[in-house]
Amino acid sequence: MANFVVSGTPHVRSKESIQSIMRDVIIALIPATAMGIYFFGIPALILIAVSIVASVFFEWLYQKLLKKPVTISDLSAVVTGLLLAMNLPASAPIWVPIVGAAFAIIFAKQLFGGLGQNFINPALAGRAFLLASYPTEMTSWTAPVGFSGADAAAVATPLATLKTGVMPDASLQDVIFGNIGGCIGETCAIALIIGGIYLLVKHVISWKIPVLYILTVFVLTAAIGRKGLRVPVYEIFTGGLMLGAFFMATDYASSPRYTERPSYLCHRLWYHHHTDQNFRRLPRRCILLYSDYEPGCTSDRKIHRT
Amino acid sequence: MQALTFKRGVHPPDGKALSAEQPIQVILPKENSELFYPMSQHIGAPCEPLVAVGDHVKVGQKIAESPAFMSSPIFASVSGEVVDIRPMLVPGGATVKSIVVKNDGKMEEIEGLNQGRDYTTMSNEEILAAIKDAGVVGLGGAGFPTHVKLNPPKDTPIDHILINAAECEPYLTCDYRLMLEEPERIVKGLQIMLKLHPGAKGVIGIEMNKPKAIESMTKACEGIDNITVQPLVTKFPQGSEKHLIYAITKREVKSGALPASAGCIVDNVDTVVAIERAICKGRPLMRRIVTVSGKGIKNPGNYKIRIGMTLRDLVDAIGGFNEGANAPVKLIAGGPMMGPTLYTLDVASVKTTSGLLCFTQEEAFIPEERNCIRCGKCVEHCPMGLQPFLLNACALKGDGEGFVKHHGLDCIECGSCSYECPAKRQLAQSIRATKKIEAGKKAAAAAAARAKAEAEAKAKAEKN
Repeated sequence: MANFVVSGTPHVRSKESIQSIMRDVIIALIPATAMGIYFFGIPALILIAVSIVASVFFEWLYQKLLKKPVTISDLSAVVTGLLLAMNLPASAPIWVPIVGAAFAIIFAKQLFGGLGQNFINPALAGRAFLLASYPTEMTSWTAPVGFSGADAAAVATPLATLKTGVMPDASLQDVIFGNIGGCIGETCAIALIIGGIYLLVKHVISWKIPVLYILTVFVLTAAIGRKGLRVPVYEIFTGGLMLGAFFMATDYASSPRYTERPSYLCHRLWYHHHTDQNFRRLPRRCILLYSDYEPGCTSDRKIHRT
Repeated sequence: MQALTFKRGVHPPDGKALSAEQPIQVILPKENSELFYPMSQHIGAPCEPLVAVGDHVKVGQKIAESPAFMSSPIFASVSGEVVDIRPMLVPGGATVKSIVVKNDGKMEEIEGLNQGRDYTTMSNEEILAAIKDAGVVGLGGAGFPTHVKLNPPKDTPIDHILINAAECEPYLTCDYRLMLEEPERIVKGLQIMLKLHPGAKGVIGIEMNKPKAIESMTKACEGIDNITVQPLVTKFPQGSEKHLIYAITKREVKSGALPASAGCIVDNVDTVVAIERAICKGRPLMRRIVTVSGKGIKNPGNYKIRIGMTLRDLVDAIGGFNEGANAPVKLIAGGPMMGPTLYTLDVASVKTTSGLLCFTQEEAFIPEERNCIRCGKCVEHCPMGLQPFLLNACALKGDGEGFVKHHGLDCIECGSCSYECPAKRQLAQSIRATKKIEAGKKAAAAAAARAKAEAEAKAKAEKN
């Protein structure tokens, strides 16, 4: 007589897996990645490749050294690497993403228990670490010269100009399509929105966090403005807002899951968005901070929150 | 009519095509086969045997009962000799004292059987007594004694009698076939129930994925004022009592309360047919419809069996398992979302056995459990509005207090969370286990408090 399998209910499972979710995130990031490479050329391509390989490598290394099951096939390290690269200026030296990936994967992710246990977004933690440690490398913005071969001239990003109360030279069309200085993956707002819509259609993220975040920035910019400058439509396409709203504020591990929480968090996001002067790339700082407001679901997570 | 539903829930692939078009076939136990009648096939007090080893029993003979109100008698479904009274495995995994009858194949019926009565001339007490005496319990799976359900406390007026024909469990098609083949009997049974509660209206709730059943039932209800057919959105767990009530009446049953508190009585399709048989045909509950399905069985279909047959006899009677790559590796009693697995076919069929699924290697695939990624999909889909990831964490840590604080005891164990979980975590399983422990603690605490109060009252009385 055959032995029959005994298991807990239910006996049917959906097809969705961690891998399929991460794959969807990667697919959603393809338009913005492609536009980043289009605008910033070969250096951008190299940084993206190095960052992804380094992230996967550090995940593998950590798990090997600690004799844990190797889970690089779930593609989460690829997503971290890709997001990290998208948050770097194209002029960054090649060691920057390697150091960033090491910090993101080992410190922000694995030390807290690996996938899903991190209290902050690993890519953003990696970036914050880099920014605090190597501010020069991390804030040398260059003009988008693409594959023309021309030397990329140093430029100020539209957001940095906005903060001084001066209207930037770049037109609205430029900021929407990404023909401006900035991080590799953040400049092309339209590609990020397309990716975001893909994630919404695939039910990977809910509309609440990105829409509320963007709306908060829009409404409050219209109402309060910066140093007398009220350009809400222009403002929402600058900086890393689209990248942050669709791809980082929605990070599962560090975003709130209670439907009523995002509206409350909007105030917090706005507060950090506009008052924190230390970090120039504001949205990321906001998302990092708002991770702390995430209602830590289980009591064991309280130790992670300060 | 617009389809109604509840909030959240999941959409598993329904798998009903395997058996949906198979008409109900009658399967009689083979001569000399043994039938098992476990003493507890219902919620409430277990029965005590009325027969002894060596007795000869006939079809329809009451062989076990209990004096408790919350109980239901058991009837022989074949004629033959009582050969043993011994523990036997039932589909839930428990081992229960059972009367073993060796079928003589004659199907001799006991006198007084088949004396159908006209329910319109019977008093409510007579109807309730007849239902109790026929051993009718909820055949949807819980086995709640029907006479108790139909007789709620006087202070809770009933204004809705809902027939649960959602059949939201994938693969199962027995209720569907009944609705196609015997719609008049369902309506008649519902009319009997409505006679007990004249102020109520009868609603038959059917999921939209069964258009033929909706058509058939609508036709059968034509010209009857107080019965309507209500289409429901195809979504699991639509057939959960609380969610059916919410979908149709928009009322919520409070935590720990019975449906009657919301003015509703909910009964499964097959139960209603059993009521009709008990009253109009004068036959107690001896048979039920079972869906046997899955890719591991040769002839998936819907079978009318005699309660007490072992599942092995049933499988043998319908042609057996597939061989080779399509051999079954997992057996499930009931549907794939909530049905327990069986490790053997030597299990007695009971009143609540609605299905037997034979899953092949491919269907029975158990994915590896990974880290919770905190995506919140379990919260998004939990029909009870709970936070399964949180309850799972409490369960794994043995934090019973936290589990109860986060309403773990309200879990209906539907498995929607595990179904949706992309990390393939065994959420429902861990929650069910902890729920059992905590529910037991709660019951023990309540019993201790009661005993203490009684002791104090007694001491006080003695003092005086």
